[in-house]
Order: sequence, then C-alpha cells, then structure tokens
Amino acid sequence: MPLTDDEVAHVAMLARLGLTEEERARLAVELGAIIDHVSALERVDTSAVAETAHIGGMVNVWREDVERPPIDRAAALANAPDQDGSCFRVGAIQEER
Amino acid sequence: MTDTLRQAPPVVDHEAVIGLEVHAQLLTRSKMFCGCPAAYIGSEPNTNTCPVCLGMPGTLPVINRRAVEYTVRTALALHCEIPSFTKFDRKNYFYPDLPKGYQISQYDLPLSRDGHLELTVDGRRLRCGITRVHLEEDTGTLHHAGDVLQSATSSLVDYNRSGVPLMEIVGEPDLRSADEAREYLVRLRQILMYIGVNDGNLEQGSFRCDANVSVRPRGDDVLGVKVEIKNMNSFRAVHRAVEYEIARQIGVITSGGTLVQETRGWVETRGATVSQRSKEQAHDYRYFPEPDLAPLVLSEEFVAEVRASLPELPEARAARLVAEHGIGEYEAGLLTATREEADAYERIVAAGAPAQLAANWLGNDVLRLANASHVPLRDSALGEAGLVSLLRLVHAGTVNPTTAKALLEELYSAGGDPEAIVRERGLGQVSDTAELGVLVDAAIASNAKAIADFQAGKESALQPVVGHVMKATRGRADARLVNRLLRERLSG
Amino acid sequence: MSAGPETVAECIGALRSGAVTSAELLDRTRARIAALDPRVNSFLGLTDALADEAAEEADRRLRSGAEDLPPLCGVPVAVKDVLCLEGAETTAGSRILAGFRPPYTATAVGRLLDAGAVMVGKTNCDEFAMGSSNENSAYGPVRNPWDLERVPGGSSGGSAAAVAARMVPLTMGTDTGGSIRQPAALCGVVGFKPTYGRVSRYGLIAFASSLDQVGPFALSVEDAALGYHVIAGHDPLDGTSSPTAVEDPLQGLREGVDGLRLGVPREYFGEGLDPGVRAATERALEVLGSLGATLEEVSLPSTDAALSTYYVIAPAEASSNLARYDGIRFGLREDHPSLLQTYLHTRDAGFGAEVKRRIMLGTYALSSGYYDAYYRKAQKVRTLIAEDFARVFERVDALVSPTSPVTAFPLGAHSDPLSMYLLDVLTVPVNLAGLPGVSVPCGLVDGLPTGLQVIAPRFMDARALRVAHAYEQATDWHTLRPGGVEARAS
Repeated sequence: MPLTDDEVAHVAMLARLGLTEEERARLAVELGAIIDHVSALERVDTSAVAETAHIGGMVNVWREDVERPPIDRAAALANAPDQDGSCFRVGAIQEER
Repeated sequence: MTDTLRQAPPVVDHEAVIGLEVHAQLLTRSKMFCGCPAAYIGSEPNTNTCPVCLGMPGTLPVINRRAVEYTVRTALALHCEIPSFTKFDRKNYFYPDLPKGYQISQYDLPLSRDGHLELTVDGRRLRCGITRVHLEEDTGTLHHAGDVLQSATSSLVDYNRSGVPLMEIVGEPDLRSADEAREYLVRLRQILMYIGVNDGNLEQGSFRCDANVSVRPRGDDVLGVKVEIKNMNSFRAVHRAVEYEIARQIGVITSGGTLVQETRGWVETRGATVSQRSKEQAHDYRYFPEPDLAPLVLSEEFVAEVRASLPELPEARAARLVAEHGIGEYEAGLLTATREEADAYERIVAAGAPAQLAANWLGNDVLRLANASHVPLRDSALGEAGLVSLLRLVHAGTVNPTTAKALLEELYSAGGDPEAIVRERGLGQVSDTAELGVLVDAAIASNAKAIADFQAGKESALQPVVGHVMKATRGRADARLVNRLLRERLSG
Repeated sequence: MSAGPETVAECIGALRSGAVTSAELLDRTRARIAALDPRVNSFLGLTDALADEAAEEADRRLRSGAEDLPPLCGVPVAVKDVLCLEGAETTAGSRILAGFRPPYTATAVGRLLDAGAVMVGKTNCDEFAMGSSNENSAYGPVRNPWDLERVPGGSSGGSAAAVAARMVPLTMGTDTGGSIRQPAALCGVVGFKPTYGRVSRYGLIAFASSLDQVGPFALSVEDAALGYHVIAGHDPLDGTSSPTAVEDPLQGLREGVDGLRLGVPREYFGEGLDPGVRAATERALEVLGSLGATLEEVSLPSTDAALSTYYVIAPAEASSNLARYDGIRFGLREDHPSLLQTYLHTRDAGFGAEVKRRIMLGTYALSSGYYDAYYRKAQKVRTLIAEDFARVFERVDALVSPTSPVTAFPLGAHSDPLSMYLLDVLTVPVNLAGLPGVSVPCGLVDGLPTGLQVIAPRFMDARALRVAHAYEQATDWHTLRPGGVEARAS
C-alpha cells in the first residue's frame, strides 16, 4: 500500500531530504511496496527472542584516557564548503536546536 | 516586568513542581570518543579537533574508560543503582554544532538510575530523587554574526567542544520552589566538584542546567502542563527564571488562560522566559542502539573499585568534623564547602593546630586572603605549617588575636616563621598584671570624660580607655586582662 | 594471451626473482586501465604519485635482497572508493562527497600500504555501497568485463571488474549484504567477506555499521587469502574489531575437504534461483563430494525473513550514518538563505535516488510509532537468523550454496527497487549473522560466470577459504578470461 504524501513529507523532513513533488509521489509507491514486503516480519514469532544490535557479543571495549594531539586547523577546515580560516560558516539559523 | 510579576499575589492556591536536568562535563584528559584534549576552553576555534570529533566519513568512536568511571562515581555519590548492562544509543537530529547528525547518548538503559540528593532549605530537610545519570558527548559551539540568533546572517561553527564527555543528571520533579531548585544545584555542584568529576563552572558551561516547571492546584496529584526552561548560566539566573516561570504560569491559569507544553529560553536582559518551541514542533529523535559501540557490562568488582575511590562526601564530612573536632555545624558547613578547604583544615588540625581556632580562621580570615590573592593557603608564602605555628601562639596566649591577624596578613604573602618573628619584634602578648596596671592607671587618668560616662552607665565608654592601653603596648596587651583590671579599679 | 604475471602469487614470484620490477608491473597495470577502463569504468580516480613512489620504494627493497620483504611488496592494488586514503579524493561513489580528501587513511588501506602494496587508485561502486548492480554510482555504472551491456554486480562492482579484466591482481571491496560476494560471482572472480569484526572498519565510509566488512577480490582463493591476511586483525580505532588472534589462512589452505561435513541449506535453492545457476551449483557440490567432503542437506528456517530483516536494519543504520552529509564540514553544499533550506537542497542534490530511498526507508523504520514494528522486530529476527546458523554449525563444518540466484543481468533490467533487493537473498543472512563468506567461480551459464558461496562459522575465515580453495583447485573456472572486454582490447 503506498504511503500517503503526508507520511512521505514527514519522513523526508526528519531526514532533511528536500524532495520534489515527483520524487515524493514515486517514493510513496516504492516505499509502500518495500514496507509491505518487510511487513512479513510480523509473521515471525519473536515472543521469547532477544534483540541483536551487535553481533559477536563483545562488551566493555574502551580505551584508556590518553590524549592525542588534535589535527591542524587547516586540515580540519580543508574540506569545508565555506569557512573563514578559523571556523566553519553556515547560513542564518532560524531554528533553535 | 519581573517586578510586576513579583508583586503579583503570593502563591496561595497553586504549588510549583520543578525537576532539574543538569549537564556536567567530565574532567577527563581526553574527549569521550577520541584522543583530543577534553580541556578546550581558551583554544583558538577548531584547533582542538580530529576526524572523529569532526564526524568525518568512516571515523569511529571508542569509549573513554575514565568517563565511564566518573559517571559511575557520580551515580554512586547520588545513591543510584548501577545496572550491570548498559549501552549507548544514537539520538538523531540535525544542527550545525552536531557533526555526525546524531549525538551518542544513552536512551533506555542508562549507566545508572534511582538515586537521590538530600538538601536543607530554610532548615527543612528534603530529598530530591535522581531519575538517572547517563553519559553522552557534548556538541560544538555556534557563534552568530550579530547578537541575536534570528537576525544573524551567518553563523560560525567551532568543534573544539565537540565530543567532550558530558553527564546528564536528571532529577525527579520533587522540588517546589526556586529556593529549592537553587539549593539542589548548589549541593549537586558541590558533590561533583568534591568527587573530582566536574569543575562546576556555570558561566563557561561546564555545569549547565535546564528546568522543567509546572504548577498545579495545591493537593493535586496530577502534574500540570510542563514547560522546559533553557539558557540559564548562573544560580541566580536559575532562581530568577524559575520564579518568573512559576508566576507566569499561575498568572496564565488564574486569568483563565491555557498553558502550552513548550520550551522557553531565559533572557537575562529581559528577566523573562521566551517561547522557543512548542510540543508540535518537538523532535522525533529516532533513538537506536549505537552499532559502533559494544555495550558495557559493569562487573561488581568494577563498581566496587569505583566506590572505593569515592571520597567522603561533604555532608558526611561536616557531620564527622562536628562529632570528632567539636566545632560548630556552621563552621563545619563552611569548611566542607570544597574538598580542598576541608582537606586543608584536617591537615592543619592533624599538624597540631587547635580545632576550633583553625575552623574559625580558615572559615574567615584565611579564606578572605586566599580569595583576594587567588593563592590557596597551601601555596602561600606562609604555608599550612606557618599557620599552624601562628595558631599555636594564639592558643598559648603568646600573641593576642589582633596581633596574630595582622601577622597573618603580612606573612601570607611575605612568609616567615611566626614564632621567630614574634620573638624578634617583641610582639608577645603583655599579660603581666603589674606592668598593665601602671598603664591602666595612666589611661584612667587621661580619660576622665570617658570614665565619667562609664560610671554614669554607658558601657561602651570604656572602649577608648582599653584602646589607650592597647595603643601604649602597640596592640600587644591581653585585652581581656586590661578589661578586668579597669573594671576592678573603677568598681573599687 | 597476455605476457607476464597476473595473479598476486605470480606477481610476487616474478618480483622476487627479478623477472619483473614493480615499476614495470605498474606500467602494465596503467596500460591495461588506459586500454580497458574507458569501457568498463571500474576506476574513479588514479593515485599516480603515490603509486610511483611506492613502486620505486618496493623496487629499492627488492633490489636490496632483504630477507624480510613485506608480503605484498611491489604488488599493484586498488581499493573501493568507500575506503579513505589520506589526501586522495574519496567519494563513496556519491556526488555529495565530490572533491572530499580525507586527512586520514582507513586502517585496512594503511595495512595494504604497510605490506608494500602499490596503490593504483580508487574503484567505482554503488553510491555509499548501496546497490547490487553498480548502476547507482554518481559517476556512471561499471560494466561487466564478460559482457559490457551487463552489470558487474554491486556494490563493489569496480573492484570486481578491475580484477576480472586483469587490470590489477588484488582489490578491496566492502560487503554489507553481499557487495563483495555477489559482484565476484557475476564477474567470475574470488571475493571474500571476512567475519564481522575481523577487519577494521576505521576509515571505511559507513553504510550499515553492524554489517559492513572489508574484504578482497582476487583471481584465486590463495591471493584472496593473502590479501585478507594483510588487512585482518585488531584495531584500537574500531571498537567492534575483534582482539582475538587471526588464524593464518595460508597455513591450512591446502588441507582439502576430505572428511569435512558440508551443509547444503535447503532454503538457498528455492524459487527465483536461475536453473542454470542451480545446475552449476549442484555440479560444484558433486566436485566437493568427490574430494572427500560429506554433503548434507540442512535447514535455515529463518532465511525467508532475512531479506526483510536486512532491508530494515541496513537502511535504519544508513539513515543515521548519512546524516553527517549536511554541507557544513565537507562535501557538496547548495547554499540557501536559511539553514533548513540549505540542508534540504544539499541533501536533495547530493544523494542519488537509491540512497534517498534507503534513507527514507530507514528513517521511517526508526520513527516514532514504527520503531517496534520494524526496527526492534528486525533486531529480534536477526537473533533467530544467527541462531539458525549456530544450530547447523553444530553438525556441519561449513555451508555451500549459490552466491547469487542469477548471473549478470543487463543494465537497466531492474528498474523496480524491490526486484533488485530480492537478488540479495542468498548473501544477506551471512552479514546478519556476522559470518565469513567467500564466493569462488563455479561455472558459466550462457557464457556468464556464476559463483559458489562457502560460509563458515564466525572467525573460521580460514576454513571458508580452505573449502573454496579445494574446489577451485579441482576446477579451472577461475582461470577463464572475460571475453567481453578482452575481445576488443589488445
């Protein structure tokens, strides 16, 4: 079942994807089909099953609290689309975090 | 505007319900998930970063073990339970100071839960529940061109702070007034500093607080509409903001209005909270387990080791000092305000200084000098041993307190052995009855007017007469003895 | 045919005997890339300066007659463009990372360089490793050297095609749901996905963190084993990398399969399996039987649900992993007056259709109200899938199956995304369970290669390679050369 346009628009906003009307329409159909397919999961009995977030069962992987030198600022900024030599620059921020 | 609200009728029919969320940076050497220094204050923008804390493609986080230990230490100090299984989760949202587009935090299985913090407000003991203490990473910082966010044409991003270990301490909504909220924060900050996990700097943001405030008719069990307040960077700001918000909410309710669940920012210059975001715009953070980090299974041994590293906490220490040293509760509270002061006090007493005297001096004159000079006693020229020697001279009556305090002032920065100096300069207290008797007689003779006033019933008239004797001995006279001799002569 | 050494083993032999220099090998590699790649499109960029320097250094070492030469000294290699190389453009096949030059090198790549390999360039791939055909690269599709009108498979299609076309003897790819094994099968080369946690992911541009793994493509299992051995091992920069010791895969490589119990999962031979592929696989099983292995039908009952599980978990992780492409610190930015519009336009312009689809799917699966039904449910089914494997590995030493249900298909054949996803059915369970899996050529179906998949228990990487090697050495499928590109070359 295709998603509604509202659903597609809501998810796109969460993902910060600016989609054209055409893209939204196509995704509504494609995502609907994929979601219908993966909904087959519903039929698997998982009543007594634990969740697997990590494979392999490793625990307590940590490092000692040791400092390493930071990289040069020039290297940090080198790939930035816009910067002023010391900071990354972004356009006006209208929204609070 | 604040003043108008403050003059509004006092809270009669409503009570406030306040819960505080504190974010405290940890005093680790390196950041939470990379080796960059955690101490970023004072660095030039973007000079304290690496590919990991810049969120560059392909980089991975690795947990800083000490950050886990510090969080557990905090949790234990707040009487929390430490579940054996805990994990990190991703909190997904977009903001320029968040380099990965998600913050590594903890969602449903935090490092600790169900603790409490005890406080005394207006002589009343109360216990505020601690919902949880969890561990996450700090964000970068934004600088806006122009002072107000909304009017800025561009913003600059600095990631020096990105990835600094951050504890979130969530308090239960057990507080009922701005005073209680402030005291909660004072006590919490004191504990964090005591156990060495946080430097308690509200202004620089290493200790930050958000408040959830609602009001309800007194006696109701149901919570009212909750408003979250942000942007408070001093205890005073928290107090003012909470007070303002309580009054505002009661005002809305009593004037028949409706409150909305929202986030409001405290604007210091306006003395008011201002709406930032309503619930309809609330985020959907899409938390899920961080696949890059294996979960933590903290053994009983691990927790026991951290517990063993916990110092005696301020309240317990103050109680012990009262019981063991016989000093007053007030002084004990002052002395245990910071761990450094309490340690200094105990060292000084152990080195032979009389307890009550040490408590009085450390809590007053020494503290004043230390604050004024920004040099703690230990690092002063006088040093702790010098103070011990000086206090012993006072206790033995060798010098009187006035002389001793003058010496403290001088020696704090200049240094020197108090005993030798007292001897060399002849500063020893004059307590010889015969010697003082002559001076007292002379003082009576030359202060006829004051004597007459005293004999007419004016108690205070005796002060200049005592002063006369003190002056004649360059302050070395035993003031109590002078008083006694004077009164004997005048009544005789 | 062509003169000179082609496999890694041959290259090493020739280099060490002095029959060829590293500089000569590099020249030959460049000549083949220049001749063939305009049609194959397997490379996104060449790292000429780095390669010249490395070849020169390798030749110096080789001439010195030193005993302790690093294992790949002087051997040309290439890596998928999702692996970071300091200073070299690394795009992950995406427009959003055009021009990105990381100030760091992926651990796996660093180990190749430390092993004396000569890094020739970065290979083409599906954008952010999302795809099964390599048609999702922002820099044009890779074409299959066996038939240029067909896909090489994906997502590591460039790495597979470059080896198949004998441009380089060894490449690295990544495998999240089959992205090494499937293109290896479709291009007629060996591709190996190690156990999850065996190879560091540091510097690998993440698609799905709990599934991604780096592994080699080569012309023989022995070469793949050598390449794997160089990159495997613990890395303190990757908290999911295993600290356990790496078993040397070359040690027992020639021990054969005599006495081994091999399981044949019934569910991997279901509908959708091309009859030709089925027949080739069955012949391969007979070969293994003739070599002394005991074959036994086994059941992995949760296989049916594996694809759905994968297409929830992988996009969910991806939706989060790809949130960092916001146009602020690196990559493309479409400037607009407001931050929100900048985000929306940057990500719309920077990501291709398949990446957007998966971000949308993953965001949906994690969003409020759907998390339990999709993401949490998938995590539980993932447990069942891993348990299925654990259960059968109590009875058998390894599993054998087809790698891909089909051979290379024509470009544009799967315009419907779901129909493309369904092709991953035989490879995704291995990733969900974190197992090692290798694909080895096992025949031609209508002139197109097909692969045999060998799956082993976790950290039994050497065993998977040993089984594949035994089969390979008993057949000559791996020596066949792709006609499509070869015919028009030289």
